[in-house]
Amino acid sequence: MGETPHRSADAGTGGTRVTQSHEWPAGASARVAEAPVSTRTPGGSGLGGGGALPRARKFGAERAFRGLSMAAGAAVLVIIAAIAIFLIAKAVPALRADTENFWTYEGWSPNETEPKFGIGTLAFGTVLSSALALLIAVPVALGIALYLSHYAPRRVGTALGFLIDLLAAVPSVVFGLWGRDVFINPVRDFSVWLNTYFGWLPIFGGDGPFGRSILLGALVLAIMVLPIITSLSREVFLQTPTANEEAALALGATRWEMIRTAVLPYGRPGIIAAVMLGLGRALGETIALAMTLGITFGISFNLIQNGGNTIAANIANAFGEANETGRGALIASGLVLFAITLIVNITARAIIYRRREFTESAA
Amino acid sequence: MAKRIEASNVTAYYGAFKAIENINLTVEPKTVTALIGPSGCGKSTFLRSINRMHEVLPGARVEGSLTIDDQDIYDRDVDVTAVRRMIGMVFQRPNPFPTMSIYENVVAGLRLNGVRKKSILDEAAEKALRSANLWDEVKDRLGKPGAGLSGGQQQRLCIARTIAVEPQVVLMDEPCSALDPISTLAIEDLIFQLKDKFTIIIVTHNMQQAARVSDRTAFFSIDKTGEPGRLIEYDSTQKIFSNPSQKKTEDYITGRFG
Repeated sequence: MGETPHRSADAGTGGTRVTQSHEWPAGASARVAEAPVSTRTPGGSGLGGGGALPRARKFGAERAFRGLSMAAGAAVLVIIAAIAIFLIAKAVPALRADTENFWTYEGWSPNETEPKFGIGTLAFGTVLSSALALLIAVPVALGIALYLSHYAPRRVGTALGFLIDLLAAVPSVVFGLWGRDVFINPVRDFSVWLNTYFGWLPIFGGDGPFGRSILLGALVLAIMVLPIITSLSREVFLQTPTANEEAALALGATRWEMIRTAVLPYGRPGIIAAVMLGLGRALGETIALAMTLGITFGISFNLIQNGGNTIAANIANAFGEANETGRGALIASGLVLFAITLIVNITARAIIYRRREFTESAA
Repeated sequence: MAKRIEASNVTAYYGAFKAIENINLTVEPKTVTALIGPSGCGKSTFLRSINRMHEVLPGARVEGSLTIDDQDIYDRDVDVTAVRRMIGMVFQRPNPFPTMSIYENVVAGLRLNGVRKKSILDEAAEKALRSANLWDEVKDRLGKPGAGLSGGQQQRLCIARTIAVEPQVVLMDEPCSALDPISTLAIEDLIFQLKDKFTIIIVTHNMQQAARVSDRTAFFSIDKTGEPGRLIEYDSTQKIFSNPSQKKTEDYITGRFG
């Protein structure tokens, strides 16, 4: 094991065989040893205080701030409760007046003398278009985020990241107009192509017309949620500890293998959160879908024929000419959307929670 | 399972900054070599250039030649991942993959090499954990997170992860600096055992540690901040600590500077 050195420079991790030589040079260690004695001046009254302990303050910035933050927290609860009470109070009379089953009826005519409306088709369209949008957006967004965080030169990454963030600032009505007037043409051509070659699949079947379809709506939605998911997951990927990335590289991982071993597992909760935020935006998106969907009532998995509708789009389309019952019916549909969003978020939490043992120690 | 490493005129840069200059040194198979020297003298940089981890940082590059059994690891045709598989590395702070279990951490390198068969993985995991003196402590909780272990256990887990892929050389970058004395001793015992199979190069700030575990010691130093680090003296550990031929070495190990 070699010979013990004359003297340890840093004996802290030395352990068992710390030996000190006789001739101590006037080195750092010697001075360190006497340092505590010289700095501790007895009877001094610096910040540490020399006299009796003062009484704890009853009122002060500490308490005031605590009160403020508590009030802010409580305000959220109050606001949510107030909104919920208002919505339920408006929705219940309309639901009572509904002459058809609210859950299953395929149609929306709440303004008649015999109001008929059902949420089923709208809820279905909402979930279908959002799910499809995420299916398209998530892989692309994660790809962009990984490129920005781990492949692109720093300058390119920063510039592209800025552009992506800019995309998030475009108002949804612009996306809607663009989808309705411009993007619809390639999508229609693509739909016809899909119908010709893959028409035997029910989702691509039908006889047309094509274009103002769930596919168009979902594609526009995908572009809209892309920036949120991209910039959030990019932040998450950038936070991967260098130590873990180096550990993977030192094991002989290629860059992609390093990403798979260290970056993606570490970022998983963050990715889920990003996707959920994107989904939240997709579920609640109103005007872009009101402009791009075909607005029909009926449950169909067909993605390319004109049609489709969502809860939020229906509210935007129908609110103008709604009477008292009609408004109540729309508010009821809004409550259902709220419930869907809640379920989605709880599911996401549950997924993250299930792996908490691993993610907590990661933090 | 162990190879000779030969460095000649190795110079490494961080961008325009020259961190080490003209390092020449040969490491024999199945020996432990300690790299010592004051902070910033380039010993970690040199260590990281041996398995080409230096170039991971943007702007970092290496000149000169580094061979492992006469094969140039900086050759244009050499696959850098193959170099790193052959020359494993243990880092200063324990860095188990936080999202993985103890078991998954140990077999991570094997999985990267495409090993899928459960029986092979199980066997390799047990072997590596036993070699790292960790098996008895973790055998009942292999599915628990690796990050839940104590610091010393985590570092031994990282050593197990490194040796599970059966490298030729193991590089250790101050592996005990974040550990308490008892864990340090456990790692030192481990290094002594691992020497039977691997060539080990260890960077340490603890000169007693260098004296205890190494066969040969290389002393690096810098003239002043901003200057590149140089190899001052490289000899048997006994010679370095009892009768160094260079004044600078003697000054350093007796604590007159650094």
